Amino acid sequence: MKFIKNFFERTEPLVQKGGKFSWLYSVHEGFFTFLYVSKDTSKSGTHIHDYIDLKRTMAMVVFALVPAILFGMYNTGYQHFKAIGELASTGFMEIFFYGLLKVVPVIAVSYIVGLGIEFVFAQKRGHGIHEGFLVSGMLIPLVMPIETPLWMVGLATAFAVILGKEVFGGTGMNIWNPALIARAFLFFAYPAQMSGESVWVSLKEGDKLVDGFSGATPMAQAAAGNISDINVADAFFGLIPGSIGETSTLAILLGAVLLIVTGIGSWKIMVSTIAGGAFMGLILNVLAGSAGLSPEVATYFSLPFWQHLILGGFMFGAIFMATDPVSAAQTEKGKWIYGFLIGILAIIIRVLNPAFPEGMMLAILLMNTFAPLIDHYVVAGNIKRRLKRATVKKQTA
Amino acid sequence: MSETIKLRKGLNIKLKGSAKPELETLEVPKKVALKPTDFPGLTPKLKVKADAEVKAGDALFYDKYHPEIIFTAPLGGKVLSVNRGERRKVLEVVIETDVNAGSVEFTKADPQTLSEVKVKEAILKSGLWPFIKKRPYGIVASPDEKPNAIYISCFDTAPLAPDYSFILKDQLSTLQTGINALAKLTDGKVNLGVNDDSFSSLKNVVINKFSGPHPAGNVGIQIHHTAPLNKGEVVWTINPQDVLFVGRLFETGKVDFSKIVALAGSEVKEPKYYKTVLGAPVETLVEGKLIATDYKQRIISGNVLTGTKVKIQNYLSFYSSLISVIPEGDDFELFGWADPGFGKFSASKTYFGKLFPKKEYTLNANLHGGERAFVVSGQYEKVLPMDILPVQLLKAILVNDIDKMEQLGIYEVIEEDMALCEYACTSKIEVQKILRTGINTMIKELG
Repeated sequence: MKFIKNFFERTEPLVQKGGKFSWLYSVHEGFFTFLYVSKDTSKSGTHIHDYIDLKRTMAMVVFALVPAILFGMYNTGYQHFKAIGELASTGFMEIFFYGLLKVVPVIAVSYIVGLGIEFVFAQKRGHGIHEGFLVSGMLIPLVMPIETPLWMVGLATAFAVILGKEVFGGTGMNIWNPALIARAFLFFAYPAQMSGESVWVSLKEGDKLVDGFSGATPMAQAAAGNISDINVADAFFGLIPGSIGETSTLAILLGAVLLIVTGIGSWKIMVSTIAGGAFMGLILNVLAGSAGLSPEVATYFSLPFWQHLILGGFMFGAIFMATDPVSAAQTEKGKWIYGFLIGILAIIIRVLNPAFPEGMMLAILLMNTFAPLIDHYVVAGNIKRRLKRATVKKQTA
Repeated sequence: MSETIKLRKGLNIKLKGSAKPELETLEVPKKVALKPTDFPGLTPKLKVKADAEVKAGDALFYDKYHPEIIFTAPLGGKVLSVNRGERRKVLEVVIETDVNAGSVEFTKADPQTLSEVKVKEAILKSGLWPFIKKRPYGIVASPDEKPNAIYISCFDTAPLAPDYSFILKDQLSTLQTGINALAKLTDGKVNLGVNDDSFSSLKNVVINKFSGPHPAGNVGIQIHHTAPLNKGEVVWTINPQDVLFVGRLFETGKVDFSKIVALAGSEVKEPKYYKTVLGAPVETLVEGKLIATDYKQRIISGNVLTGTKVKIQNYLSFYSSLISVIPEGDDFELFGWADPGFGKFSASKTYFGKLFPKKEYTLNANLHGGERAFVVSGQYEKVLPMDILPVQLLKAILVNDIDKMEQLGIYEVIEEDMALCEYACTSKIEVQKILRTGINTMIKELG
């Protein structure tokens, strides 16, 4: 391994300002610090620094996504073979490998396009590569329907990285969650390709479908007033059609455990988002009996509140998207409010707005927008306490 | 005694090599020095030139804007040199000591019989004034202000910190004299922050007991939890060992700057306490006492969170009661960020080191990562036991918004209070540097 270090150390002067390859500075720095934690030591302030850095933080999130990724691959194969009626005759590994071959290109496109743009921007700004995209690049494929054309994945990634993040100044400066920007871009720019029943299940040309096959997600079924077909166990384990990584509540919860144990993801946001969703689900349950509702809507209202949590993108959003520390509320009190409102909004949009079968994406983007406002009031509260302390003292003095 | 104030937030960093309770007296050093750079914001004006003869207690330099605040020679002798840095900034005033040089005679009296003016005059003239710092800002107090109270923290929770109960145990009566003198300077009380009962015999003080992890021992945290500072209010703070200097002045009529300094850290052969003098050469404290290594070591005057990096030919800092020595750590580490980290201590829970809370760690001065924008939230709040929003305050400083800095509590904090934020920061942001910039802005704008 020594020769790699020597290579990077020897080439370092070449990429510095004025060097022959100065246009490669960010790439050099990016790869070097990926392999070796820098030898830089403290120059001001504390002499010791925590071993954690942004690379480790981001790597932890990617690690937490692994169960969802692996299950997403399996489920892609599972839905495929189920659709063509060969599920019983196909082995586990074959199912998994089918999905693997479908999912890996999506992930590759996302990383190549996104990191490529990141490198260009980092070089333009003259700093190293910031690690934010390590996570975004994995989240983007996981919220895509499996049949999204690869060029759309690439386009959406480019849109999200440039307009969702870099125009604001890069990692740490963005207002919205970049992965959701990518999803929202496709949802609004290519609505025909991004919804309906054909995008959720991977099919090859010439595949013969079983009788009565519908690629519709349980969400779409529920919106149509058909909640009796929902298999709760399948929804929990994730054997339902849906975006690549969002279907398995179990796999997502495994990731949540890691995020909470390591303290990387905010448990406050996770808990409050789930509480908000459950709360709104309960309200709808209560309202289900009221007069004036069309039968489909009334049925959807009566969907047991906890089932909302295991369907669609709710859990994935609550654990991996809402908790993005940059676009979430940043004050501790603010996090409770932020999460709770995401939960409520997600269910409202999901159930009450027929144009959007899933509300999580929009709920999170909306609350991303309002997070600074929430923080503003929490900060104002702190300021007010300090002022009050001063005036009380003056009066008693 | 009042109830114990329990603090939950914070972090104890257990480093290898804390000082054992053993005391060794060192010879009188051949050289001592005062460093104007130990006083943030000070513009020193020299009173002596090289080769001048001085007694212990003779002025070496004074504050340009407060000429009554003088800085005096810790020991008598001859001024050896005035070491300057960039733009002729005075870095060190070095004295070659002479045991026969004698010392200046000051008032010898029981401070309780003296008036406020007399006490203040004695402290100013003897050069003990700079030991008194003021909050807000953590700079040397102005003699023309009257503080609401005076705060002394009698325990230090920082990594490798010296144990003041050990240092002060045989000098409680001198401490009492010092406290009596300080009590004259305020209409309020002298407040002692303690974490055990070693100081319960002291009179003329209010004793506040604290429990909890670092920074519970920081005087700023103790002020925040007893009488938080509001705009326009001033309190003074002083280190307990420096109160002894005040006590000795009134007991003997002479300055006696001898002090006990802990030498600690993973690089020290036998970490323990040494009796030496203010401004002693670092060399006399560490020479032959560090383990021999093939890697670089970092010597810090003070603790690893707030101290000053010094070279072996430098001198002990004015306010330090500790020399810490840790590995420099200027090496590359292959895939360091992906290490499971059984031997790595982290405030986060992403390293397995967290599973062994009792273990003592060897931490080096490596940054362990590159500087980034603020990304992770909630990290600073966990290690700051104050009703202050640290990130929002730092951002206010970065955009130079004076109103916001004031509203968010800049009067209540100095660098040491937020040092743990800097330690724990994922993005390696220079918290203490930013905070001092903000404090300097406030001093400039509001005086």
